[in-house]
Amino acid sequence: MTIPAEYMLILSAVLFFIGVFGFFTRRNLVSLLICTELMLNAVDINFAVFNAYCHPDRLEGYIFSLFGIGVAAAETAVAIAIIINVYRNVHSIHIKRLKNLKH
Amino acid sequence: MEQSIFILILPLLSFLVLALAGKKMPHKLAGTIGTLSLAATAILACATAAEYFAAGRNGAAQFTDIMPYNIAWLPLNDTLSIDMGILLSPISAMMLIVITVISLMVHIYSLGYMKGERGFQRYYAFLSLFTFSMLGLVVATNIFQMYIFWELVGVSSYLLIGFYYTKPAAIAASKKAFIVTRFADLFFLIGILIYGYYTGTFSFTPTETAIAAAGTVLPTALMLMFIGGAGKSAMFPLHIWLPDAMEGPTPVSALIHAATMVVAGVYLVARMFPLFVVHAPEVLHAIAYIGAFTALYAAVVACVQTDIKRVLAFSTISQIAFMMVALGVCTSTDPHEGGLGYMASMFHLFTHAMFKGLLFLGAGAIIHAVHSNEKNHMGGLRKYMPITHITFLIACLAIAGIPPFSGFFSKDEIITACYGFSTPMGLFMSGVAAMTAFYMFRLYYLIFWGKSHYAEQVELYKAGKIVEEPHKPHEAPAAMTIPLVFLAAVTCVAGFIPFGEFVSSNGEAYTIHLDSTIAINSTLLAIGGILLATVMYATGNSRITRVVNVVMHEPIKAAYHRFYLDEVWLFITKKVIFNCISRPIAWFDRNVVDASLDLMARAAQRLGTLVRPLQSGNIQTYCIYFLSGALAIMLVLLYIY
Amino acid sequence: MSINLIIFSGLALVMVIAALFAVTSSKIMRATTLLLFVLFGTAGLYFMLHYSFLGAVQITVYAGGIVVLLIFVVLLLGKGSVDVTQTSMRRYMAGTATALTGMVLAIYLITSTDFAGDKFTAEDVTMKELGMSLMGTEKYNYILPFEVMSVLLLACTVGAILIARKK
Repeated sequence: MTIPAEYMLILSAVLFFIGVFGFFTRRNLVSLLICTELMLNAVDINFAVFNAYCHPDRLEGYIFSLFGIGVAAAETAVAIAIIINVYRNVHSIHIKRLKNLKH
Repeated sequence: MEQSIFILILPLLSFLVLALAGKKMPHKLAGTIGTLSLAATAILACATAAEYFAAGRNGAAQFTDIMPYNIAWLPLNDTLSIDMGILLSPISAMMLIVITVISLMVHIYSLGYMKGERGFQRYYAFLSLFTFSMLGLVVATNIFQMYIFWELVGVSSYLLIGFYYTKPAAIAASKKAFIVTRFADLFFLIGILIYGYYTGTFSFTPTETAIAAAGTVLPTALMLMFIGGAGKSAMFPLHIWLPDAMEGPTPVSALIHAATMVVAGVYLVARMFPLFVVHAPEVLHAIAYIGAFTALYAAVVACVQTDIKRVLAFSTISQIAFMMVALGVCTSTDPHEGGLGYMASMFHLFTHAMFKGLLFLGAGAIIHAVHSNEKNHMGGLRKYMPITHITFLIACLAIAGIPPFSGFFSKDEIITACYGFSTPMGLFMSGVAAMTAFYMFRLYYLIFWGKSHYAEQVELYKAGKIVEEPHKPHEAPAAMTIPLVFLAAVTCVAGFIPFGEFVSSNGEAYTIHLDSTIAINSTLLAIGGILLATVMYATGNSRITRVVNVVMHEPIKAAYHRFYLDEVWLFITKKVIFNCISRPIAWFDRNVVDASLDLMARAAQRLGTLVRPLQSGNIQTYCIYFLSGALAIMLVLLYIY
Repeated sequence: MSINLIIFSGLALVMVIAALFAVTSSKIMRATTLLLFVLFGTAGLYFMLHYSFLGAVQITVYAGGIVVLLIFVVLLLGKGSVDVTQTSMRRYMAGTATALTGMVLAIYLITSTDFAGDKFTAEDVTMKELGMSLMGTEKYNYILPFEVMSVLLLACTVGAILIARKK
């Protein structure tokens, strides 16, 4: 007995929007990063599920998830470098202090 | 004739150099550049004119019109194009000489007159610009090129009248001159456009088919063009700007408002003369009547003015009107039968430019000496300024029409032409000529004879009545007297030029022969005018003058105020036009046109204020907007499908 | 109820709760740890799909790499990394509303759409198959993205060093 694909997809949707909610409400760069990871993770689940349920004979979704993980890792590394640099410059990673984009 | 292009290029170059780099130059250098380039231009122009006339007549015994340069500048359609080029014909060659010579004299004269003046370089730059435009005007190959330079002339005139831009009167005068002439030029432009539209050409000499195509519209177009000419040439009732234009520096008045620019209207009519005389004789007659009236009006006003430059201004109006009359009384192109006026007009234009330039330069020397324009501050100056005195006297004799000075010959031709037209016209113009003699000698006596204002002031100073020591009048420096002497010499001999050999209405040689009756009569009339002036003004305060002043009090007052024509114009413009036309238009503009634009601007501004908080610089907020938008689109798509 | 569904339900419950706490917790350290649970749960899902290699990568890269990095940075920044001020009520409401709408919309779409998703076969993807796919040059082979990926990772390494290094 297999689990219906919809359950998996709903789970990933819920996780994604939890990430979205966190992204909107948190005020700290590291928290934002965590939320981004959540969203990426949900997307990866989607790829894997679609691959497994719709085209089990092929590997697109599988490999896309793989690459997604790789990209997430790369993104995290750069983001953390930026966070450290920001902290070094403004002594805070609170996004209220980071409104220079405005100008 | 290839060198003729440099006649235009040299003044333009000198204008550019002086206008762009003038501020950094010392006065002397700027003056030298302007004067030298003008001297070169004058030599070139005279050489070109000499070459042109020396080339001789063609088979039809006429001087051929030569176009060394003519390029289609703006092709409008298959037949119509605006050309730019140089046209040499008898009258343009003659005008080249007049303009460059007078302009050169004025350049030299200004070296002394404007010495140490603020904006000296600017002054020379404007003079160069003016000379360039005026030369471009006279060598124009077609009516549209003429119009372009016509407007350039107007601009440089505006700039030069308003040269003392710190003086409110000068600013007002420059504005007035510009607006009035611009107003007239509007008619000129309409006339040109009608002419171009119907004949399909801007040429001065359209083909027979083109004229036939224009048909009955041609006289209207020519009339409109004449209104433009009337504005520049200060014909009644568009003359009002010229007396005020005397606010400019005096050499400018001599160059622009006496000798060259104001005859542009006469030149225009002369240029279009073949068309006028054949296809619009009634317009030509209207020109004659307008000219005659203007001549009288200006002469009357000139008799009572106290500002010497104003007297000269009105005498200019009067003399230009003489030229217009001479053109207007022509009935054919044959100088032996009714076409004499054309030659007479051009001849008078030539001689008048010389002696009126001389009069203005002389007046400038006097003003330079006594620091005032008013006749009351003059008197008895002949002892202090002998050269100015003699040259001024020569010019006065010339304008009064005393032989053998140049004015006599040209004016005599005009009056002969008028008699040829009709006897009343001849008598009328003779009368105005006598008035000319009267008011010019009134001016002469008031300036050079009578009790010396300086002597009076000195007595008062010695008696302790006034504190300041009066300024002693002195003869002008050489830079100013040399042009005076030169022009006086020209005035003495110009009458003997066989002018008819060069310029005549049909292009064939015409030998000037004096009609002894008319010559003697007009000379006697002129002498009469001079005698009257002598009796009334030579001794300063004669009894006759006092009697006349009392008896004729009201007319004199009216004439002094130029018969209130300025007030009439002010009434028309300020009360009638402003209130009835301009105000509703202004209201419409402000409340409908502007308001609708304002509405748009304000709406955009409101919208901007509304959406401005969106641009908070906060990425999270952006994300919310982004996602909400995406969701909204998705919902809409869901709803649709 | 099959054993699979029970396992899935348990995983899903843990993941959702952990995720919720992770995004609301005011302590970053705790949030990071909770994220770890979500990531492990995801690895569990992959295993349930019989994607063992993907699950292994998920654990090593995400849990072993990224979360460790996050913990490092939290420890490095110390006090500065604490989420002190709470966000404004308006933003809170807006975030909640948007997220909820999106979630409802997504769930509605998922349930109302027929994916034809019943071809699931409980077979593992063999390493050979995967390796051929990643390194092959034919259709549905991914040598080029694989190489691009490696270049990207190199660029990120260099970039991260460049950004974070002291001037």
